[in-house]
Order: sequence, then structure tokens, then C-alpha cells
Amino acid sequence: MKLLENPFGIHERALAVRNQRLELIAGNIANADTPHFKARDLDFKKILASENPTPMAATHAKHYQTGELENPGGLVYRVPYNSSVDGNTVEISVEQANYGEAAADYQTTLQFLEGRISGIRKALRAE
Amino acid sequence: MSIKNIFGIAGTALNAQVIRMNTTASNIANAGTVSPTEAEAFRAKRPVFRALVDQADLNRGAPYLGGVKVKEIVDDTLPVRKVHDPGNPEANEEGYVFLSNVNEVTEMVEMMAASRSYQNNVEVVSTARQLMMRTLEITKA
Repeated sequence: MKLLENPFGIHERALAVRNQRLELIAGNIANADTPHFKARDLDFKKILASENPTPMAATHAKHYQTGELENPGGLVYRVPYNSSVDGNTVEISVEQANYGEAAADYQTTLQFLEGRISGIRKALRAE
Repeated sequence: MSIKNIFGIAGTALNAQVIRMNTTASNIANAGTVSPTEAEAFRAKRPVFRALVDQADLNRGAPYLGGVKVKEIVDDTLPVRKVHDPGNPEANEEGYVFLSNVNEVTEMVEMMAASRSYQNNVEVVSTARQLMMRTLEITKA
């Protein structure tokens, strides 16, 4: 591990993504009573895949380039369990559960970052 | 982009729900209002919510995308009731007054729904606050 070149590894970017997901779900909860609002979420796998793309190699002049991944931002619409009359797809119980999950994920990433920081501190102290 | 946006988003929702509770309170307060003509009769007010989603909202001064705002407040379209009450000082020459179209039960339900939505958003803020405090403490690890 290159400790001081990239001390936080992927966790730095992961924290930003976790935060973005929290923000999206907060927006869903805020719009729980807005007519025609469509709830959205982040697909972590898609974002991870777009961070490290492994496209197929175009070995012939007539091959199509496949470097572009579908939906690199990872934004997806939530599919509701029950549709509502006003076209709103926010189900508050689902959003609450997801918000709790997203908060736990955020803390997990924080834990990893704390581990990295305390590791670097130990290394610098040379006790 | 930062965790501060969550406070802003929840803030817009709290604001919208307070407006909803205010209109409901006004509706209940005016449930017994009478007037001499049908046009003047009190009609229940309903806020219409709209999501803040596009760049145009930012240009118009919305600080955060993802929140909600009250687009407009519309009158309920239920018919008003016409009652024969010649003793009422508001009665017209035929002795009729027009009552409001407020349904108290609907308003109570609306009030409860608004207060639950408010609580949901308060919960969002408190969780975001805890996460922010933990993020600040990260260097103490």
C-alpha cells in the first residue's frame, strides 16, 4: 500500500457517494406529499463499475467502442410496491428504511477512514 | 455537495409542511364562516407542492435541489352549502346564507398527515446531524 500517496484509497470517494445517497433519500422524504414526484436512488454497483471501467477492447477498425457504461451516474428510479393515485412513488416506510441503511453505510465508510488515519498516525509517531 | 444539503432539503420540507398546517388551521377556524353570496363563501385552501428538481429552480433562488416548495394555494372545489337562516345578519334578501365547504374530518386528517411528514423530516435532520458530528470527530481517531 502506498500509504502517503493515496492514504484514503477508495473510501474518500465512497464517502462522497454515501453522502449523495443520503441527500437523494432526504429529497425523497421531503417530497413524500408532492404530486407526480418520482422517488430516486443510487446504484452503488454502477458507480463502482464506472470508477474502474473494464471495457471490451476494440481490436478491429469496425468494432464499436464500448468504453461508455450505461448510466454512469448510477441514478435509478425506485419501483414502488403500490402505485398511488397522484403519481407519487415515495413510500415513506421504504424511504425510512433506506435512509437508515444509508446512514449506517456512511458510518461504515467513516470507520474505514478512521482506521486509515489512526494507522498513519501510528506510523508517523514511530513509537 | 456536502452533508449540509440534507439540512437544506429537510428545511424546505419542514417549511412546506408548516404552510400546510397553517392552511389547515385556517380552514378549521373558518369552518363556521357564513357569507351572503355563493362567490364570497369561504372555500377550504389547499397547498400544492412541487419538487425542486431542475436548474431553473436554482436560477430562481432555490439554494438546494431535491427539496420541495409550495407552488400555489388553491381553493377546494367542493360545493358550498346553502342554508335558510333568515335571522342571520349575513342572510341575503331571500333569507339564505352560504356556509363554507370545509369538512372538519378531512382537515383533521390533513393536519395529522402534515405533522407526521414534519416528524419524518425532523428525524432526517437529527440523523444527518449525528453523521456530521461523527465526521468532524474523524481526525481524533
